[in-house]
Order: sequence, then structure tokens, then C-alpha cells
Amino acid sequence: MITPAIVRRNTPHRYRMEAQKCAACGKVFFPPRLVCTCGSRKFKAYALPSEGKVITHTVIRTAPRGFGDEAPYCMGIVELKDGSRVLCQIADCEPHRLKVGLQVTIEFRKIQEAGESGVIAYGYKAVPER
Amino acid sequence: MRDVAIIGIGMTDFGEMWNDSLRDLFVKASLEAMDDAGVDHIDGLVAGCMSPGLFAGQEHIGSLMADYLGQAPIPGVRVESACASGGMALRTGIAYVASGMHNVVLCGGVEKMTDVSGAQATYALATAADQDYEAFHGVTFPGLYAMMATAHMHKYGTKREDLAQVAVKNHDNGLLNPHAQYRMKITVEQVINSVKVADPLNILDCSPITDGAAAVIICPLEMAKKMKKKPVVKISASTHATDTIALHQRDDITWLKSTAEAAAKAYKMAGVKPEQIDFAEVHDCFTIAEICVLEAMGIVKKGEGGKATREGLTARDGKFPVNPSGGLKSKGHPVGATGIAQIHEIVTQLRGEAGRRQLKRARRALAQNMGGSGGSAVVHILEVL
Repeated sequence: MITPAIVRRNTPHRYRMEAQKCAACGKVFFPPRLVCTCGSRKFKAYALPSEGKVITHTVIRTAPRGFGDEAPYCMGIVELKDGSRVLCQIADCEPHRLKVGLQVTIEFRKIQEAGESGVIAYGYKAVPER
Repeated sequence: MRDVAIIGIGMTDFGEMWNDSLRDLFVKASLEAMDDAGVDHIDGLVAGCMSPGLFAGQEHIGSLMADYLGQAPIPGVRVESACASGGMALRTGIAYVASGMHNVVLCGGVEKMTDVSGAQATYALATAADQDYEAFHGVTFPGLYAMMATAHMHKYGTKREDLAQVAVKNHDNGLLNPHAQYRMKITVEQVINSVKVADPLNILDCSPITDGAAAVIICPLEMAKKMKKKPVVKISASTHATDTIALHQRDDITWLKSTAEAAAKAYKMAGVKPEQIDFAEVHDCFTIAEICVLEAMGIVKKGEGGKATREGLTARDGKFPVNPSGGLKSKGHPVGATGIAQIHEIVTQLRGEAGRRQLKRARRALAQNMGGSGGSAVVHILEVL
């Protein structure tokens, strides 16, 4: 679902990859949470690194509503340099190039053309190192 | 806490049931279960359904089903845990009966999926994933399981053919199930050459879009023993566990922690070891899922699910038959109904009523029902007295 309020609320982490680190145990959370698994509720702001590697991948050929025109497209789970993980599209990548261990950089990209409200949603995608 | 038994079962055919609405399906399965149990009144109703809102534009189905079953004003409620909604309906009903709150409870599951387009169904199913951090990026359910498959193949050397063998085996079983949606034999080559959905998974690696319902009647074990109509099936364990609903937040992408946790608790509750279970109905929503479930349930070691399938462990005539009903793959997967349909198959086998697909050894069995990419898992162990 994409509405102006949702886009605004998600801007810090979707646009700038703003994460948080637990002040008690040091665990990193992306997206931010209100309580750590250790029970602490105190966090410090933390910026995720933008370099990482693909740890698993797929090529979406049957796409959900809103992504039909883009299929086939590559997706993967990326492990960033600090061990944090994100799931996102792997852009500018031919399916045959996909492999576990592929080095990627996180970039700011358009994710969906528009929701029912007409809003364009931006976020992050991984791009293989050129 | 009182022991609980199953005294009645019913289910509709699974498939594209164009003439039946959401309520028709649920009521048909429920009436069959009530007839099977020999009861004309129930004290409570629990309906498992993942998304009547998105698939049929209808919420509030606990009351709707109690009404259309002619049982209002009994308490009726819907429970939801994505594709594990059926298993959760049984577990919720068990809590009612075990606690002494109710005596005779109907636990049903239903999903009416074919009234909407394929794209709308894909969207509805994807709501079981993390909307903001998975679905937002354009991933589908086949896509999430495909990433588990890629990771499993990379880590353990599982072969493409091993995945395909799960579908081949389950279709062999479904061929003998009159309720199954896809009663046809398929080959490994056909699976591998079928239309690509999310690499490495093809259409024949995926469970289908299905309409259907299933229902069971439960009551206190002592009451069931007095009825003496059919072999009494005791519920010896009912467990539930959760995990992160986002796949990428798990330490090991190939490990279904919620299933491992629920299964371990179930063995303990029933006082049995995995090797004392005769067979299982498990959540093969995608071929890779059955492989990962075998490992999480402790039936095989980590990484050996593919090899075990290839070697025939889980075939109908194997040492540990899995999905004698045909599984979600061949029988069909009306998501909310699946968990109860698994119980339907187990009770049918335990009573010795499975006809041509009857297993030789069927005294104690396990049902594993899973939500999302493993964010929830419900396990039941049943045994015939």
C-alpha cells in the first residue's frame, strides 16, 4: 500500500537507510524498532553501510500488482559490510550475472511507479559493482 | 486441562469451485463433519481463513458461518495466521475444549480464492509477507521460497531435480485422492521444463490457487470414548511457534526455526521421538518448503532433505511417508483450509478409511502447517486409540 502518509513516515529509512543500534547490547535494527530483543528501549542513530554482497537471489517472472511491466527482474537478500541484511531488487543486472557472493552497492531508486493515490515510491536497490 | 479427541471430519473437493461461495464451502465441509460425528449441535465454532476481506470482500465470518450453519447464537470466531490459519483454528478450538469452556467445537478452514484475478490473488497472498520491507520491493511468495531454494542449493548442494522430486511424489499421491485439485502424474523433466515463476522455482514447484474448505469436530476425549462410533483419534500434541516474518532477518535463510521449535515442543508434549511417528502431512506450498520442513522437524539432518526425497524416504511406500493426501501441491492450497485438510487426511488414514492411498502403518501422525515464509508454524500430533 502506498499513500502520502506512508511515504512520509518511511522516508528516513527508505531514502537514507537510517537504522539504529541498541544502546545496551549493540544489536543493529533496520528498520528501527521500539524495543530490542534484549529488552532495552534505548537506541542510538546508526547509518547502514552501502556496500555488501548477495547471499541469495531469484528472478521474479510472475510479478505482483504494480510491478508487472518490469518483470522479469532480479531480487536478492544483501548482506551489508556490517552484517546487516536487506531484501531488495538488484537493478542493472542481467539474470545470468546473479550469483551468491556478487558484490553490490545500495543506491537510491524508484521502486514503484505509483500507488492507487498516484504517489511515486522511492527506496533502495542493490546495483552490482561495475 | 482435558484431553481432546476428533470425532468428525468433512471436506469439500478442492479446485475451482465456481458454483460455491465462501459460505457455501465452509457450510458444506462443516455439515459433513457434523454428520460424521453424529452431532446436530455444536457449542462453538472457529473458522480459519487467511483473507476473506481481500479474496471475497467479506470479514466477520465467525458470525456468518455460525448463522449459515444454523447454529447461531453459538460463539463463532475467525482466526488468522496466514497459511497456518487452519492449524490455528484447530489449536484455538482445542484450547476451548481442554479448558472446559466448551464441549463440542467445530474447527473449520476455508478460502475462496478464484473469484479474483491472478494478480489480485498474488497481492492478497503477499500480505502474509512483511508489507513494508518485503512486498514493497516487489517480491512474491514464490520469490521468497525461491531465495530459500537458492540458498539451500548453494549451502548444501541440493539439486534442481531434488526439488522437482517433491512435486512428482506428491502428485503420485494426489492421483489417488478424490478431493485433490490436480490428479495427474508428472515427471521430473516436466517440472524442470515448466513455466518459470521465480528462479529456480517453476509453476510445477508451486501449490495452486484453490477454493475449498475442511472441518473437524472435537470434544473431550472421555466423551469421545463413550460415543464409540468410529476409532477415537486423540490429539496428543498441539503447538505453535513464531519467527521473524521477514525472511532476510533470519540468521539462516534455509532453517525454518518456527517449525523446528513447534515440532520439538510437540514431540515433548506427546512424549514421543520423531522415529515413533508413522507419517506426516506437511506444508509443501513450494517444493523447497517440504525439504526444509523435513530438516526442521528432525526427520533428517540439516541439508539432507533433498537427498532423502531423492532416495524415496518420503514416498508412500517409503520409511516415512510425507503428504499421502497429495500435499498442497497436488491436492490444492485454499490457504485457510489447508491446516484442517491436513488433519482430515490424517484422521482418514488413522481410521483406515483412505482407500487406495491407505498407508500400511498409520497409528500416529504429525501435521505441520506454516504461515508466510515460516513466520508461524502449527504442529499437531494425532494418534488412534
